[in-house]
Amino acid sequence: MNKATREAYGDALMELIDKNKDVVVLDADLSHATKTLGFSQKCPERFFNMGIAEADMIGTAAGLAACGKIPFASTFAVFATGRAFDQIRNTVCYAKLNVKIVGTHAGITVGPDGGTHEAIEDIALMRSLPNMTVIVPSDDVEARKAVLAAAEYVGPVYLRMARGASPTYHKEDYQFELGKGELVRDGDDITIVATGLMVPLALEAAERLEKEGTSVQVVNIHTIKPLDEERIVKCAKKTGKIITLEEANVYGGLGAAVCEILADQYPVPVKRIGVQDKFGKSGSSEELLREYGLTAEHVVSVAKEMMTNQISV
Amino acid sequence: MDHVKEMAKAMRIDIIEEVAAAGSGHPGGSLSATDILATLYFDKMNIDPQNPRWEDRDRLILSKGHVAPALYAALAERGYFSKEALKTLRKSNSFLQGHPDMKGTPGVDMSSGSLGQGLSAANGMALAGRLDHKDYYVYVILGDGEIQEGQIWEAAMSSAHYQLDHVIAFLDFNGLQIDGKNEEVMNVKPVDEKFRSFGWDVQVIDGHDCHGISVAVDLAKQKKGKPSMIICKTVKGKGVSFMEGQAGWHGTAPNAEQTEQALRELRAI
Repeated sequence: MNKATREAYGDALMELIDKNKDVVVLDADLSHATKTLGFSQKCPERFFNMGIAEADMIGTAAGLAACGKIPFASTFAVFATGRAFDQIRNTVCYAKLNVKIVGTHAGITVGPDGGTHEAIEDIALMRSLPNMTVIVPSDDVEARKAVLAAAEYVGPVYLRMARGASPTYHKEDYQFELGKGELVRDGDDITIVATGLMVPLALEAAERLEKEGTSVQVVNIHTIKPLDEERIVKCAKKTGKIITLEEANVYGGLGAAVCEILADQYPVPVKRIGVQDKFGKSGSSEELLREYGLTAEHVVSVAKEMMTNQISV
Repeated sequence: MDHVKEMAKAMRIDIIEEVAAAGSGHPGGSLSATDILATLYFDKMNIDPQNPRWEDRDRLILSKGHVAPALYAALAERGYFSKEALKTLRKSNSFLQGHPDMKGTPGVDMSSGSLGQGLSAANGMALAGRLDHKDYYVYVILGDGEIQEGQIWEAAMSSAHYQLDHVIAFLDFNGLQIDGKNEEVMNVKPVDEKFRSFGWDVQVIDGHDCHGISVAVDLAKQKKGKPSMIICKTVKGKGVSFMEGQAGWHGTAPNAEQTEQALRELRAI
């Protein structure tokens, strides 16, 4: 099945209508796109359209949270984390308020809208804030469970959702555990640490490498902060080589987070695959993924290079 | 109103002592907002200092967070914490941070400091109150320089759009900001017409007349279906002759001699 993580966000909100009466939803004139529309129609009294005013939306969410509500504030990732950064920093995170920020249309797979609408820096921005939890679901099953988990967790959370449909690889009974990396494939020679839509890509690359005799371990890091340090170090100890894979700028994103931990605790060669400090652009998702090197072929070639050249860093 | 006036006097003394002890801080705006805070904390607000997180309480957001010394003075005088604590303002390990921090200070309903954000938070609190069928009011104090921030106008639209008649905002209109007069830095006038055109009920009053502030709040509460803006004409540094009307006292602490003079003047009020 193919389904977008933002669709799963909408589904989870529908569940939360009855499941948690404290949940309220805010949007900034993008409810059709962020998939908060269903909630707004079924539960209009707990939905607040704030118009095209992201800063006000986050501030309003903070006020709601200060009075016991669990606000989910949604807009495109680029606006949520960029336009409202100071509000997230000073009003939400500094006060450790229970606000959930859901940025949809993250990464270059946004496609035709182009670079202005493709958040590549959101992970880095959100990760840099004390008290913030950062979650990047890798398919719709995980996205739904992550949203439900975020509603239970007390404190600020940033959830990164994608626009386009992507393969469902989790089974419905998958247990999402906040802050814990998921070993999705075991292997001995090299580890691919991936997040978001790149996890299925990592699995594809792993299968190809396996056929060529390289045993690849794949770890899904859905929670980039707090990072599952234990899991990362364990992978480094086991395979001695790591590739990180993300649909975001390698500066400050998952790759950076993994390198920080390994530099401190267990240095091994790491190759960071992601957006190489460039803005996105218009095109189809597939074209852009190819152009930015986010393909199984590219991951395979990087892995092979690491396997043949042991000191390639 | 005699008690409120007494409290305002005590708060002004506290403010000077706090800022002098800290060696830094914002006395000018603190003194201009004192009578608004005194009227709210000692006359108008439905609060319980023994239970600062009481769900039904009225809330106050000091959106112009740099005048924290005035808020701390009000909270201490009202019994949220000891007056002794005021001397620890801005010091390491103090629960009285340079700008209000709701995590650590009893009675602070919202953290603030980065200007322009308090009105949005006030709207959120009022929306929550409405959802929960509670009758509490949310008071928010804005600075005149602060309303140069665009978010204030986003929030002003939202307050009116959602008909938040339990949001009562005060504009501490002393006409001065760090770099000088509002009119020279970035003109904000006409503020009454601006808020009125955004769908607010607007009153313009003397921000140092505690009785007038109290009456304005009563009138604001009678308005149904729209938020209220009470524009308070104030004097920056009010009560200390050499600070009054001086932009230079926005963020400067008095030295020992100045402190002594300021306290002498304030005690004589």
